[in-house]
Amino acid sequence: MPVINDMIPEFDLFQPADVDGALELLAKHDDAWVLAGGLDTFDWFKDRAKRPDVVVDLGAIDQLRGIREQGDGYEIGALTPLSDIENHEAIKAKFPMLAQAAQAVATPQVRNQGTLGGNIVQDTRCWYYRGGWPCYRAGGNICYADTPTSMNREHCIFGASRCVAVSPSDSAPALVALDAMMVVRSRSGEREVPAADFFIGPSTDITRMTVLNGRELLVAIRIPSTFAGAHQYFEKVRDRNAWDFPLVNVAAAFKRNGATIEDARVAVGAVAPYPMRLEAVEAQLRGKNADEATGKSAGELAIKGAKPLRHNGYKLPLMRNLVMRAVRDAQSAQA
Amino acid sequence: MDEPTTSVSRRNFIKGVIAGGATASASGYLFRQNGVLAQRSAPGSVERLVTLNVNGQNRPVDIAHEETLAMTLRYKLGLTGTKLGCDRAECGACTVLVDGRTHYACSILTHMVRGREIKTVEGLEGPNGELHPVQQAVMDEAGFQCAFCAPGFIMSMVALVEDKPGFTRDEAAHALSGHICRCGDYNKILNSAMRAGEIARST
Repeated sequence: MPVINDMIPEFDLFQPADVDGALELLAKHDDAWVLAGGLDTFDWFKDRAKRPDVVVDLGAIDQLRGIREQGDGYEIGALTPLSDIENHEAIKAKFPMLAQAAQAVATPQVRNQGTLGGNIVQDTRCWYYRGGWPCYRAGGNICYADTPTSMNREHCIFGASRCVAVSPSDSAPALVALDAMMVVRSRSGEREVPAADFFIGPSTDITRMTVLNGRELLVAIRIPSTFAGAHQYFEKVRDRNAWDFPLVNVAAAFKRNGATIEDARVAVGAVAPYPMRLEAVEAQLRGKNADEATGKSAGELAIKGAKPLRHNGYKLPLMRNLVMRAVRDAQSAQA
Repeated sequence: MDEPTTSVSRRNFIKGVIAGGATASASGYLFRQNGVLAQRSAPGSVERLVTLNVNGQNRPVDIAHEETLAMTLRYKLGLTGTKLGCDRAECGACTVLVDGRTHYACSILTHMVRGREIKTVEGLEGPNGELHPVQQAVMDEAGFQCAFCAPGFIMSMVALVEDKPGFTRDEAAHALSGHICRCGDYNKILNSAMRAGEIARST
């Protein structure tokens, strides 16, 4: 894509003062674009790959910001900047992997502006798609990333269905592993969607990455106390240690009794079009000792059934080893 | 007759037209989508005439809905210390402080920062022209070669010095990780950051 150093094409900007006002605007304008931090948004606009007439900036809605204790867990407003999560004492103490995941995103400037909600619902980074090519995801009838000559080093090894793009989020696997609930508001009311069901693959709907239908808003993320203070692990592998999206990331939480794993959650990002929860691995881990051998077999099980593309075969050993390291880490830091 | 007078005034008139045309075409290049003086505005959408708080001053300005903060600062307020490198939140040259936190000015709409305190590199010096500790440190350590990236790096250093006065070199590297220096001066830049910390702590 050419880099165009001039203005973004014209649009009408609305800054509603509350969620109801925003939902009304979304109902009224079919192509309304929801703006939070804007870091996913402006590339689309500058490239002219998306040209909405109406942009609804949520920035004025203060109730969407902040980290609150709620019941025995926490509720994080969807508009809370990632740097607030990264630096929040209670989140660091109870849900360290979420703080680490937030800190692993891009750069300090991006985290000061980018929101948790935006990090969750951001669109995929497949550059054929981002470049404005008319692929399946963009409503066309071809996948440019899955041809014999495609550059698909960053694409998926699981969950392909015509589209081979991956979910690029760092916070999403952490939220899946924490059994978080996504609070979704529409004009007809509020519903809670478990994080693991919130993300959808191309076999469900190839043009969307989440259940949000364009007239709904993600308003908050609720994290139950299930894994509060439990042993947690987050690791992200990327080309450079700033800016880059994950090649693979892993988020895991373990409830232990001595050396025995009583319950576990393991989720891996950037290997599928959605953050992938590894339920088979979790089942295998239950009742086992967190040791080298358990980690190794968990890693092997994790990549079972993976279908690499031409240039992303490296993701298999990478994902296997990350899952192994997560389990091994639970051994090294016994509660 | 009165020939000399007319020819002078004609020349001045022509000069005026040329100058005016140059300005109009320059702004036409930057704001060509908008027809900046006659942008349509849907009922209920945001008001274009706003007052921005930049470097402690209130600056009234007419802002298009789709305008980024970097564009407003550079081309409407004349604050060209904020540089545009990539225009994609990928280089850090346009970094400014919004309510004391670093942001990429190229990737935030000006309307998103209404009512907030904006600080650019021009706002660092004291009332009598004394340098900010970070500016002094960059001078002392000769921190940059070409220095195109300097205003951005300096703003991140200012935020670091203010947020975490006793920072380590690793913490400085982390805080400055949202910048790229194509001259590769990273060591000298980190030296400057450490020196800035020393100066700030001793004053």
